[in-house]
Amino acid sequence: MSVLVYIENWNGKFKKSTYELVSYGKRIAAGLGGELSIISIGNVDETELKKLGAYGAGKVLSANTDMALDDKAYAALIAEVANKSNASVVVMANNSTGKALAPRVAVKLNAGLVSGVNGLPLSYQPFVVSKKAFSGKSLLQAEITSGKKVITLSQNTAGVEEFPGDVTVEPVDVSAVSGSVKVLSSDVQTGTILLTEAEIVVSGGRGMRGPENWKPLEELAEVLGAATACSRPVSDEGWRPHHEHVGQTGKVIAPNLYFALGISGAIQHLAGVSSSKVIVAVNKDAEAPIFTAADYGIVGDLQEILPKMTEAFRKFKANA
Amino acid sequence: MNFEFTEEQLMIQQAARDYAQRELIQDVIERDTHAIYPEKHVKALAELGFMGMLVDPEYDGGGMDTVSYVLAMEEISKVDASVSVIMSVNNSLVCYGLDKFGSKEQKEKYLKPLARGEKIGAFLLSEPEAGSDATSQRTTAEDKGDYYLLNGTKNWITNGNTAGTYLVIAQTHPEKGHKGINVLIVDRNSPGISVGPHEDKMGMRSSDTHSVMFNDVKVPKENRIGEDGFGFKFAMMTLEGGRIGIASQALGLASGAFERAVKYAKERKAFGTEIANHQAIAFKLADMAVKIENARNLCLKAAWLKDQGKPYGYASAMAKYYAAEIAMEVTTEAVQIHGGYGYVKEYHVERLMREAKLTQIYEGTSEIQQIVISRQVLKDF
Amino acid sequence: MNILVCISNVPDTTTRIKYSADMKEVDYSGVQWIINPWDELALTRAIELKEANPALVQKITVITAGRADVEATLRKALACGADDAIRVDAASGDSLYTASQLANAVKGDAYDVILCGIESSDYNNSAVGGMMAELLDYNSVSAVSSLNLDGNTIKVTREIDGGKQNIEVAGPVVLIVQKGIAINPRIPSMRGIMTARTKPLKVVPATDVIPASRVVSYEAPPAKSACKMIAPDHIEELVNLLHNEARVI
Repeated sequence: MSVLVYIENWNGKFKKSTYELVSYGKRIAAGLGGELSIISIGNVDETELKKLGAYGAGKVLSANTDMALDDKAYAALIAEVANKSNASVVVMANNSTGKALAPRVAVKLNAGLVSGVNGLPLSYQPFVVSKKAFSGKSLLQAEITSGKKVITLSQNTAGVEEFPGDVTVEPVDVSAVSGSVKVLSSDVQTGTILLTEAEIVVSGGRGMRGPENWKPLEELAEVLGAATACSRPVSDEGWRPHHEHVGQTGKVIAPNLYFALGISGAIQHLAGVSSSKVIVAVNKDAEAPIFTAADYGIVGDLQEILPKMTEAFRKFKANA
Repeated sequence: MNFEFTEEQLMIQQAARDYAQRELIQDVIERDTHAIYPEKHVKALAELGFMGMLVDPEYDGGGMDTVSYVLAMEEISKVDASVSVIMSVNNSLVCYGLDKFGSKEQKEKYLKPLARGEKIGAFLLSEPEAGSDATSQRTTAEDKGDYYLLNGTKNWITNGNTAGTYLVIAQTHPEKGHKGINVLIVDRNSPGISVGPHEDKMGMRSSDTHSVMFNDVKVPKENRIGEDGFGFKFAMMTLEGGRIGIASQALGLASGAFERAVKYAKERKAFGTEIANHQAIAFKLADMAVKIENARNLCLKAAWLKDQGKPYGYASAMAKYYAAEIAMEVTTEAVQIHGGYGYVKEYHVERLMREAKLTQIYEGTSEIQQIVISRQVLKDF
Repeated sequence: MNILVCISNVPDTTTRIKYSADMKEVDYSGVQWIINPWDELALTRAIELKEANPALVQKITVITAGRADVEATLRKALACGADDAIRVDAASGDSLYTASQLANAVKGDAYDVILCGIESSDYNNSAVGGMMAELLDYNSVSAVSSLNLDGNTIKVTREIDGGKQNIEVAGPVVLIVQKGIAINPRIPSMRGIMTARTKPLKVVPATDVIPASRVVSYEAPPAKSACKMIAPDHIEELVNLLHNEARVI
């Protein structure tokens, strides 16, 4: 009854979400009374891999390869390792990579798949997990009835826990692995905080009135160490790039703190941000539906309030 | 009896709703404020086939039934009646008149581009001194042998400047009264036509309303629709169908305002609860819902009769009269439910209220509809 | 080139979700059904590609699994511009069940590109596309936000965590698409609605597949406590609340 966690890396480095995933796997392994193994695909050095030991990794299988993400080849490799390590549960992140690989791995293992699981399983026998459905408007409990199970974890729902212990790193033979995806060019954000990874997100809507007004919003984000985001009309208008769009058809995020600035709070927008721990809304319309979803609200003109907010947070940071 | 829509009718309703709620809504307030003609929307709706949806596919139309037309008109009018009046005039007056009464040659030459929406049509009946009384036409079409010589002024012409094709009602034989009236297809670019300034209206501000002056305009004989003297009958028969378009427009204004009022009443709080929970508001909504349902049923009944080839003038007069009256009532109540917010442009309902007023006036005032209905009542009972 | 677009029928995204008394099922009475928003974008892109490359893209087929009542959705897809449609006459099941029904129905057919939305707005399981790819032994690319054809070469942009990659992938391939793949979902024209009347819609029987998971129960998400309003001239109070009460800064 062992557990296998697939982890990805960003230029050879892991992130907080990686540690959340590893320690989540550890807790599931404990619940099942089995071992935890980690499969890492990509170029990651031993020092980085050994960091996983602090979160309960136990054994890390490292498939050291330069090959770009190739759904078919990666999934085959993960399934093969899962079979070899006799894993009954395979865990991945519910992000673009996890969404690409988990379904293929599930078919290979003849396993049921539940994506976007919130926190630990509710029971192991039967294996029942909880997840959001209808884009956040409902929660459901699902039982995976097959012998093997694949789940993807919704980020920030399990938390990072430390399980100090020894870790062994074993190479995985990748000589036979080949892909059919040819990467022509990459455009990876550097220096800025990833939207899906950010603990604080500052997001602007149509109430910002135009792209020229984003400067103060970016200043607030900088003071808070936050990522910037936007609502759908804003990205549709081309005021901000599409990758900043959060909502039903954009990114679904779950930061600790979400600022909705000039966002009315259409149900499609809330679907993407309702998992945020705390929502602060600023809107000039006191009747805007965003206030029904928010924890703290300010009614007023953003052009006045935004600089004041930045100043207040700057003062707070300086004294902290 | 069957109150179910067909899958196709629902698909057309959805298509109109999608376009209205996704596209028209974006800039409707700006267009209203600055009286900007909705050129790109007319073009997009033409590409989707909404400008000639009733026309026979043989003449590049959509070949859809009048019930679908009612559903589409309601959805477009929920958001922008300026766009739906362009649609209504083109579909139910100009295209319908040409499709039903035009010759094959006239249809080939004039109906096809109108049905494709490449050209927009205008229907020129009203005059400075002849609105509701269409028999007293002062515009003259003098018979000059192989052409007519057109002189006079037409008023309140929707699409007056943008139209490529005019259908002009004019008097040829004054001594014959309304039996001397003709209807002519007139190319907008004919020499001798001048267009007055854009009318600065209370509502439907982005539709293009003008007076049109004819000064010795030569119109070829082959551009007359029907027999000599058919013009008055043509106008009356075409307007019977036009009433269904305007009735559906009024219905859409009412249901659009109603949807906003319901949403607002469920969000807005007063005295510790949503205002929808106060009976004063809840009962208003009940009354609005009943009126809208009645208006919709009248519109659909008239459309159904037309689709069945049965007489529908009485039904369409009832639909137009009732829908226009309740559009005024419902939009006014929607503003009332919104309170102060209802009186500002951002909440849309004040615009719908301004627009509703026109549905009581044009294509036959409410009083004219009462005449039509009462005459029929007195004849029948 | 033949393109298959998988579409799912979902409740309108503004639907308020209701449940049966025992909370074991969703109560779908009165629900307005729509094409899953991501699938609608996939279909739109397929039609755009066919319109731009009529010589290259021969046929667009749409497929769904469901009972007869989902045929309205297929006919809408035909009205939008798909050439033919397949309905697998299957009840609803889990992702593996649905993916297997779709894969079994098209196994052996020569589709060069299969398009699926990245998730459905009801169960948000992000699984059917990848599962179909594995079942059919196709390549797959997920989180695709743009798709172009350069002759028979398939060029896509995929979103990765923190950026995007422009890649080339060999067919046959399942492309699992997300926002960006098309901007405005296609609205059917009158002409499209008319021609849809005569386009073929094939119904194929379901195959025996055992689902691997099931929904045990539903619950409504916990209600949010009332929003605390802060006066615009007391921003420092917001800072204070976020620090001392919510403890997020």
